[in-house]
Amino acid sequence: MTDPQLGLDATQRMDRVPALEPRAAAAPPRDPLWRTLARGLGELLVTAGLVVLLFVVYEVYVTDLLNDRQQGQLNEQLHDQWDAGPAPEAGTPIAPQVEPAVGEPLAVLHIPRLGADYERVILEGTAEDELSQGPGHYEGTAMPGQLGNLAIAGHRVGKGSPFLDADQLVPGDPIVVETADAWYVYRVLGNPGTGDYTTDPSGIPGQQIVRPTEVSVIAPVPGSAGVAATGAYLTLTTCHPKYSARQRLIVHAELDGAPIAKADDPDGPSALQEG
Amino acid sequence: MYGWIWRHLPGGTASRAALALVLVLAVVALLLFVVFPWVEPRLPFNDVTVDQ
Repeated sequence: MTDPQLGLDATQRMDRVPALEPRAAAAPPRDPLWRTLARGLGELLVTAGLVVLLFVVYEVYVTDLLNDRQQGQLNEQLHDQWDAGPAPEAGTPIAPQVEPAVGEPLAVLHIPRLGADYERVILEGTAEDELSQGPGHYEGTAMPGQLGNLAIAGHRVGKGSPFLDADQLVPGDPIVVETADAWYVYRVLGNPGTGDYTTDPSGIPGQQIVRPTEVSVIAPVPGSAGVAATGAYLTLTTCHPKYSARQRLIVHAELDGAPIAKADDPDGPSALQEG
Repeated sequence: MYGWIWRHLPGGTASRAALALVLVLAVVALLLFVVFPWVEPRLPFNDVTVDQ
C-alpha cells in the first residue's frame, strides 16, 4: 500500500494541491493607490539624494577638471600675447603694465608654498565668469609692482581650488607674480622668525579672517581705507572656512626688492624654489 | 517610476539594462554640464570676494 516505488502516496499528495495554472494566467492584482504613491515618493527622495551627492562631486572634482582646461587655454593665450610683444632686452627699464579688459588674462601667479609647480593665470575682474577660470584681479587695484595693493580673489574649493591651502602661507613665504617682462616677488607679512602674522613693522597682519563686507583689506594700504598708497602690497582673498562663505580668509604680502627683469633672469628668481 | 520605465523599455533583460545605463548617463551628463553650471552661481557658498 505504501510502497515508495509505486509512488502512490506522491500521486495522492499532488492531487490534493490546488491547480496553479488558472491563477498564474490571470493579470497580477493592481497595487492599491497609496502603495504606488508611497513607492513613487520614496523613489523621488532617493533620486533627490543621489542628485545632491552628484552635485558635491561636481563642485569638488568636476569643476577642477573643467578649470584645468581653461587655465591651459588662458596660459597659452597669455604667452602668445607676451611673445607678440617686443622681446625683453637686458638693461631696459620695465614698462608699467596697463590694466587689461575684464576677462582678459593679466599675469601668472606662482606660490611655491602651495606646490613647486603651482602656477595660475590671473584674470582681470572678480565676477563669477572670471573666478570660475582662475584667480581674479580686483578692478582698479594696483597692477604688479605698482604702488598700492594688488588684490586677487580666488576660489577655495572647486574651480581649480587656487587658494585651497592659502591658510598655510606663513610670514616670509614668497608669492611671485610673473608678467610679460618681469618677476615680482612679494612676501607674506609678519615675523618670519616666530611665524607671528601680527608683528610686522608695517602694522599690517600677514593673515586675517574678516567679515565679507570688510573691503578695507583691499585698500591701497591694507586695513586703512582712504589712505594714499605708501608701499606695494599684494592681498589674496578667499572664502573661509572651507566649503563656506561665512567669512573671508585674507593674506597680505609686500613687494620684496626691485622687480627682476625677465631679460636678466628668464627662469625666474630663486624665490620660486623656496617652500 | 523606475519600475514603469523598466517595463516600457523594449527588448529582453540585456537590452533593457543597456538602455537603462544609457538613460542614466544621459541624465548625469545633463546635470553636470547644463543644470549644475546654471544652478551654481545662484548658491551662496561660492563667494570669495570682499564687497559691500
